[in-house]
Amino acid sequence: MIANEPGPDAKPGALSRADRMPKDRMPKDRAAKDRVDKRATRGVRLSDPRIRAALYQLVLLLAVVWLGYEFWKNAAANLQARDVASGLGFLERPAEFGVSLSLIPYTETDSYGRVFLVGLLNTMLVSGIGIVLATLLGFLIGIGRLSSNWLVARLAGGYVEIVRNLPLLFQILFWYLAVLGTLPPPRQSLSLFGFILFNNRGIIAPLLRPTAGSAYVAAAFGVGVLATIGLALWAKRQRDARGAGMRVFWKGVALIVGLPLVAFIAAGAPVEVELPRIAGFNFAGGVRIIPEFVALLVALSIYTASFIAEVVRAGILAVPRGQTEAALALGLRRAQVMRLVLMPQALRVIVPPLANQYLNLTKNSSLATGIGYPDLFAVFAGTALSQTGQAIEIIAITMAVYMALSLATSLLMNWYNARVRVLDR
Amino acid sequence: MSTAASSFVRAELIAPIAPPPTRVGALAWAKEHLFGSVGNAILTLLGILALAALLWPMIRFLLIDAVWHGSERSDCLPETVGHAVGACWPFIAAKFDQFMFGFYPAAERWRVVVVYGLGALSLAPLLVPHAPYKTLNAALFFGVFPVVAAVLLLGGVFGLPPVETRLWGGLLVTLVISYAGIVGSVPLGVLLALGRRSDLLVVRGASIVFIEFWRGVPLITVLFFATYMLPYFLPGNWNIDGLLRVLIGVILFSGAYLAEVVRAGLQAIPRGQFEGAMALGLGYWRMMGLVVLPQALRLVIPGLVNSFIALFKDTTLVLIVAIFDLLGQLRAAFADPNWATPVTLFTGFAFAGMIYFVVSFAMSRYALFTEQRLRVHRR
Amino acid sequence: MKRVVTTLCMTMLGVAMMLGLSVAAGSAQTLKKVQDRGSLMCGVSQGLPGFSNPDDKGNWTGFDVDVCRAIAAAIFNDASKVKFLPLSAKDRFTALQSGEIDVLSRNSTWTSSRDASLGIIFTAVNYYDGQGFMVRKSLKVNSALELNGASMCTQTGTTTELNLADYFRSNGMKYEVIAFVTADETVKAYEAGRCDAFTTDVSQLYAEKLKLANPADHVILPEIISKEPLAPAVRRGDDQWLVLVRWVQFAMLDAEELGVSSRTLDEALKSPQPETKRLLGTEGAFGEQLGLTKDWVVRIVKQVGNYGESFDRNVGTGSKLGISRGLNRLWTKGGIQYAPPVR
Repeated sequence: MIANEPGPDAKPGALSRADRMPKDRMPKDRAAKDRVDKRATRGVRLSDPRIRAALYQLVLLLAVVWLGYEFWKNAAANLQARDVASGLGFLERPAEFGVSLSLIPYTETDSYGRVFLVGLLNTMLVSGIGIVLATLLGFLIGIGRLSSNWLVARLAGGYVEIVRNLPLLFQILFWYLAVLGTLPPPRQSLSLFGFILFNNRGIIAPLLRPTAGSAYVAAAFGVGVLATIGLALWAKRQRDARGAGMRVFWKGVALIVGLPLVAFIAAGAPVEVELPRIAGFNFAGGVRIIPEFVALLVALSIYTASFIAEVVRAGILAVPRGQTEAALALGLRRAQVMRLVLMPQALRVIVPPLANQYLNLTKNSSLATGIGYPDLFAVFAGTALSQTGQAIEIIAITMAVYMALSLATSLLMNWYNARVRVLDR
Repeated sequence: MSTAASSFVRAELIAPIAPPPTRVGALAWAKEHLFGSVGNAILTLLGILALAALLWPMIRFLLIDAVWHGSERSDCLPETVGHAVGACWPFIAAKFDQFMFGFYPAAERWRVVVVYGLGALSLAPLLVPHAPYKTLNAALFFGVFPVVAAVLLLGGVFGLPPVETRLWGGLLVTLVISYAGIVGSVPLGVLLALGRRSDLLVVRGASIVFIEFWRGVPLITVLFFATYMLPYFLPGNWNIDGLLRVLIGVILFSGAYLAEVVRAGLQAIPRGQFEGAMALGLGYWRMMGLVVLPQALRLVIPGLVNSFIALFKDTTLVLIVAIFDLLGQLRAAFADPNWATPVTLFTGFAFAGMIYFVVSFAMSRYALFTEQRLRVHRR
Repeated sequence: MKRVVTTLCMTMLGVAMMLGLSVAAGSAQTLKKVQDRGSLMCGVSQGLPGFSNPDDKGNWTGFDVDVCRAIAAAIFNDASKVKFLPLSAKDRFTALQSGEIDVLSRNSTWTSSRDASLGIIFTAVNYYDGQGFMVRKSLKVNSALELNGASMCTQTGTTTELNLADYFRSNGMKYEVIAFVTADETVKAYEAGRCDAFTTDVSQLYAEKLKLANPADHVILPEIISKEPLAPAVRRGDDQWLVLVRWVQFAMLDAEELGVSSRTLDEALKSPQPETKRLLGTEGAFGEQLGLTKDWVVRIVKQVGNYGESFDRNVGTGSKLGISRGLNRLWTKGGIQYAPPVR
């Protein structure tokens, strides 16, 4: 640094330190002035922004580390003073309570670790089906909002406004208490087609159990799927080479549905239908879907569908009008315009917020605690927590599960965004 | 030319004939928008049917068949009334105080009403864009009002008898949590957004970790964490009020979400603003406070209001940590055997639903209104 | 210069906050805290008639409430210096662990795992109870053994769930359990027909029956399927407080045993019996040893009554529940309530 130059953060046009001294004390010759300036600019000065930045970061780092240490120390001290058990050993102890819905076999003597798995699977069940239903409904409503039919557009708009502005827990409770709770008791069930029953214990449908010949049906289904994929790839290659290829959709449907159907009939309908019937208190036979599940699923789907509808609408509106006009000028019908021109471009804008909505649905499924559906939160952070008392471990594990889901979705979204990013100038 | 020739020459123009009725007016509009094609016509008919199937029973339930006067459950039963019963409004009237105030002592309810009034008075001018003295108004609403409200609601000073937060409930708790969440999360969100855009590695890293952590977990987990785990992390003789713990959880959660919204706003400010401020010699904080943030925050007001709507709806979750907000009081009221009738559930849900809908809808309309204004301004 | 000052100020603020946080977790001196605060924080249920129930004005009464009022009477000579915190079964123990309440009097069952691993400790059995079932009379069920395949409504986080599993497993029966967070939701679901039977402690069954729309339509089955000794609980690590609460309960039992009630208190004070004199503080310094005053039992009996009075008033024949003393009679009358002596 040249001694006579102003320091690194001095204002433009500033004089060096020596030149700023009062006249009667200013050193007389240049060499003396240089010595003054050199001393002034040597070493660590707080007015150097780089030094300040490093200092602030160091202080912040120390504060965060110290805070973490204090929290940990307090937690350890409190746990010990109150003799609360700690550690993850509780995961191997038997749980001793029942769970009303479980996708894997579960009895009361299974461990807390298994309870965790049961809860996790229940969460994934309701989230998975909810995502599918919400997407279907959301796309329908979103596209409906842009319909040229005034009534349909307004109805869709009304749906979105009403559903979006009511809290989700409110909607869940409404469906559970007011709708499903007022269904009749089992012996007076409402029935659909005579064999699907609705009552306040749930929805009961016949159970179809596959018997001996069903392996052929499954094999035929597999063959149909593979054949459709092969056909689609072959048609795509044809189209790329020649510019026109055959349309695969209905042929694919015929393969995937028709082949198993033929196998089904040929094998003599290898399925055993178990009709539900009243036995004692409840129903024996058939498959029963508990009302908690139905209420949660319906409320989650309807709620998330309204947000997805807005996302879809924003995505379609983001495609420049010129695309629609050009497609119409080419003679495409409105439905074809939507399918071939608008949707593919709109999807680029739709997918990131859509993934966000899926994540929100998964996180919102934790509201199951409010109505007694045994999802991860209710069963693990609810019952298991109150039976073992180990709040820190259990809540930490639950938060870790949700965080892992969020991070996975974020990474996926970032990857997708990078791939379909429009390369701007 | 003689005037005789003008008998077959027009002297004035004939008025234009009116267009055919299917071309203008309501009929034409209906033809184009409702019955344009066969598919559209079918959809319109289905839509009208759906609307009728939904609206008519609702009007019957809420207005026509409803019971308006009564003092106990038998007044709402079909046997007493003589026809099928709709909504049981006496139920709401009987429980109204609980819905509005929770278990706040009856003698002290005037304090809650005063707080509501002060809040409304200081908020209203803030929302009108043309009202003057915005800074003073903001300072009143965000600075003075919370202190006054806390003093009035909690009591214990100035001779006001203390009222524990355990007794608060209903709409009071909903509004307290919403307000505290909003007021607390804006500064936190701004700080986190600035931190995330900072050049300092540690600051940026800490902000990112903080934001992603709180955004990655459901709010219910945060509430559980705040209610059951926070006491372990603090020294043993600190005792934090149950409602305060929930407020802390909500502020942290909401702050992380707001950080993303504010960050979007910061990204939309052109670099020129930053450079101009730096050229003027403003330091970092002065630059942010005087130049960048006012513009950024004004840009993202719609996003902020959307976050506030979400926060308002999320206050219902405190039901799960045993704090009785409006929905919690509603559920407790359903359990009262003195009012158990078949229509109690629907009546209660209709009432609470109307309150939530009106407030959320008003906020979303306001966000739209601000958005329109901003767009006009920027052009 | 200004920058240096600002940095210094921020650093000092930070250090101050750090120092504030690092106040060590001292051993909880609950009695002193309660005395300083001027009131007792008592954890109770969210509304169980007979045990802890608020009326419309928010005044709490009940058998569990009386324990807390007795403690307050002993400490402050004013049984009304108690604040009640309604807790669900799920968060009752965490509220006690975290220090929000000083004593949990919420008809909680004394079990080994709760004593050992939750950081709490039970004081003395208040009520010997057992678990039972309630069903609709229309189901025409006379015994719990006929409940194969039934669905049960129960509260989550209770011993009820565990006992249910044991009973049905050992009798080879199947069942479905639906667990709710609050007792109100559970009863509502049972009433709405979501489940066939409602199961919890028999005393609670009697209490919840009062909350049903048509109590006469429901019947409590005769089987008692478990031991449910209900006792108040306090935090671990404070022996003085544990002993104090325990002895308030024992004092009420001893008072009934010696025939001292709120009505006979004045004569009892003049009694020459050495046990009565020791109990009422006329002789000896037993109250001061506990950290209370000499007339601690007088305060309790005068303001709350003895065990029998509290029982009759809240859950016994003098109340709407009408439960008979049964096992809860004194040992001299054929029951198993037995309190150690004050000496």
